[in-house]
Amino acid sequence: MNLTVFALTGAALVGLGVYGLLALPHLLRRVIAFNLTGSGLFLFFGAAGARVGVLDAIPQALIITGIVVALSASALAVGLVVALARSSGKVVLPDEDPSP
Amino acid sequence: MTLALDLALCALILGVALAAVAGAGVFRAVIFFITYGLFVAIGWARLGAYDVALAEAAIGAGLTGVLLLAAHGRLRRMQADTTERRSPTLSAALAGGAIALALGWAWFALPAPQPPDVAQALPQTGVGNPVTAVLLNFRAWDTLLESIVLLAALLGVWMLARDADWNAPLGPRYHARPDGVLAYFGRFLPPIGLSFGVYLVWAGAESVGGAFQGGTVLAGVVLVAMMAQLLRPPRVSQAMLRAALVLGPGVFLLSGLAAVGLGREFLSLSPAIAKSAILIIEAALTISIAVTLALLVIGPAEDPEPGR
Amino acid sequence: MTALVVVVTLPLLAALAVLVLPERARVKLALGSVALGVLAALMLARAVWQDGAVLLTLGGWAPPLGIALRADGLAAALTLMSALVMAAVALAARFEMRTRRVGARAAFGFWPLMLLLWGALNAVYVSRDLFNLYVGIELLSLAAVALVALSGTAQALAAALRYMIFALAGSLLYLAGVVLSYAAHGTLDIGLLGERIPAHSDALALGLMTAGLLAKTALFPFHVWLPTAHAAAPAPASALLSALVPKASFLILIRLWFEAMPDLASPPAILMLAMLGAVAVIWGGILALVQKRLKLIVAYSTVAQLGYLFMVFPLAGGAGSAQPWSAGAWTGAMFHALSHGLAKAAMFLAAGICIAAVGSDRLGDLRGLARQLPMTSFAFALAAITLMGLPPSGGFTAKYLLMTSSFAAGQWPWALLLAGGGLLAAAYLYRPMAALFAREARVTARPIPRVWQAVPLALAALSILLGVLSATPFDLLQIARPEPAAEGL
Repeated sequence: MNLTVFALTGAALVGLGVYGLLALPHLLRRVIAFNLTGSGLFLFFGAAGARVGVLDAIPQALIITGIVVALSASALAVGLVVALARSSGKVVLPDEDPSP
Repeated sequence: MTLALDLALCALILGVALAAVAGAGVFRAVIFFITYGLFVAIGWARLGAYDVALAEAAIGAGLTGVLLLAAHGRLRRMQADTTERRSPTLSAALAGGAIALALGWAWFALPAPQPPDVAQALPQTGVGNPVTAVLLNFRAWDTLLESIVLLAALLGVWMLARDADWNAPLGPRYHARPDGVLAYFGRFLPPIGLSFGVYLVWAGAESVGGAFQGGTVLAGVVLVAMMAQLLRPPRVSQAMLRAALVLGPGVFLLSGLAAVGLGREFLSLSPAIAKSAILIIEAALTISIAVTLALLVIGPAEDPEPGR
Repeated sequence: MTALVVVVTLPLLAALAVLVLPERARVKLALGSVALGVLAALMLARAVWQDGAVLLTLGGWAPPLGIALRADGLAAALTLMSALVMAAVALAARFEMRTRRVGARAAFGFWPLMLLLWGALNAVYVSRDLFNLYVGIELLSLAAVALVALSGTAQALAAALRYMIFALAGSLLYLAGVVLSYAAHGTLDIGLLGERIPAHSDALALGLMTAGLLAKTALFPFHVWLPTAHAAAPAPASALLSALVPKASFLILIRLWFEAMPDLASPPAILMLAMLGAVAVIWGGILALVQKRLKLIVAYSTVAQLGYLFMVFPLAGGAGSAQPWSAGAWTGAMFHALSHGLAKAAMFLAAGICIAAVGSDRLGDLRGLARQLPMTSFAFALAAITLMGLPPSGGFTAKYLLMTSSFAAGQWPWALLLAGGGLLAAAYLYRPMAALFAREARVTARPIPRVWQAVPLALAALSILLGVLSATPFDLLQIARPEPAAEGL
């Protein structure tokens, strides 16, 4: 029962993150949404791995790897956002710019 | 009782996540995201995954949070147009809802297979912590590639410098007052952080911890020391700096190849030397991870006096 | 076995070494490592040729505990093609990515990023583990995005960010499928998943992984990031991005649909993948037709050419019973992946020479350039022959195989698409060729070293040779081919 709570929370977080990734124009917010999706997915994975009693070591290791990979991607994405703002003054992609 | 506790924790997690996505203001979104990471770390502890809890708190909440805060500060300083015009599209909501429902359905449809038997093979791995055994032995190839992913991200970030700034020191200049709180922390935190980081790597072999968690703590030490101006901002042109970056992946790769030279499988560790080999690899990895993470946070080379 | 270890470790070791070494040694080391890499890929192909698929259980831990690597004929062929493209790109970059031309920053970053991209490609080609493949395509994506941003213009940064967003969304979808697969079956190994007891969640897992990989492969309608990203990068980087990077995620799709979960290939799912491929061929071709810049034409052509790869699904799949034509369709699609790789890299490298010579890639500025750059223009024409699918090129062999199997299967609409796509390619490639071979010369070109000019020509010639000497690569692709590729999905 407790595991179901965590798994469904994970599923909801994934949904929330996907919404943010698609709907939010501000690029830093998209990076946040990406991280929420990833961590929701890991929570779901962790709950699934714990169904055998104690949490299996393989999902734990995969999740740690996943967290580091997500950080790497976030760092490059954030760097790109800052560089784009420096050269264009905007924090949204040109074709998604709501101001004409 | 524990169910009520978990329900409350999950409600908190969802609440701060919602605030991070939908709340007004990017700064507040970042703060909510950091809070979110800390709550999720508690969730991992509740699931009994202490290694993950540590990684989530240090990397997911801590380092990603610092990264986002630093970026937000830079955007404000360069006076980028940060006005937000929300466009909550129906299709995005539908996509998010569909994927959440699908995963929720899958939870109840999933069979529960027996996972691979880590415990049985554990005595031959040289370490007592099964998570470390998976990371450094059973699935060492993942971890090796992952340490190189970090390096690729740093290279990518370095490439975002302006050509004119390429030879400048990395990152923004920090100005700490000699009697200020930062300078105080700068003197007093690094020794504690240093011992804690080294402890985490050392302990990771048998109990909670590991190269990535320890490396993150050490990266924090480096960052505080840099902000307190105890460390000069480095330059890409420093060969020692670049050597520190590749040390971990390099030692890892070469030790894997040494096994091939001895007629064993790539990346295999004979049980007799596995413990010491893993400790050496982890020590080298920790140095590289700490330097890479700290440099990822401070960002590309920047003109020391932008207003000039 | 040793060749396989060298193939996966050499590029990564070289990347680390290039990062540490001082500037003078950097280029020499990179060139030396691609030369060794070609040799290692040849050795691997020979080993596969002689003894069948090469297997490696990393650390001595067999799946499901550990990770297995396996080089079958397809992986060996892709490894060799990639090594050849890498060698050509490195030779061209020796001229094109000099500090004097692109500045110290890009001249520093290009080499390690190129080598990391190569290491990621090889790791993906041979990995049998779904999560390890995730780490591999993340390394690939980060290196690729960084290469797009290399020129540093606001346009390039925006293109890199758009690419990044698609890549991130794609990774998450793929990862979601991987999580579901492991949760349902307790293994990540492709071979073990092929023997699994089917679960209800499998269709969702495969759907999520497929959607994520389609975003990374840039199949219509996920193609919008590709043309601007590939055109914004420096030409040697564009060659890598267009010729090689989409092949990695496509290969994972093949592994999933033909090896891990072939039982899930229902007719509607197959039809949908094929339709997306068909629309990509047509829509990419039409957009290539209206571009005014050479690099954009070549980039939109990638959108179209990737569409053909997906013909493998309806032609090698469908009825579920033994189909004699599906082996031909499978081999044809893989042949297309190889010949497109060689030809597309040749085209982007030729475009790089044009830009170096006249400082622009607008078609109007390239008029009559063939007189000053005959080798480069000839290389472009040869590559165009492959992309149009004219004999005796590798592209022709690919289309011939696909077309015969579509007739044999009685699925003539796909044959029509293949023919129509070829005509479209002829139309959109006619315009740059007409400009290059125009009578009047508009501009005077800066002199280009002959060695540099020879590089795209050699690649384009290889893409033709692939058709002339098609028997050997054909046989190589058959080695350890997945069973459903012979019998149909």
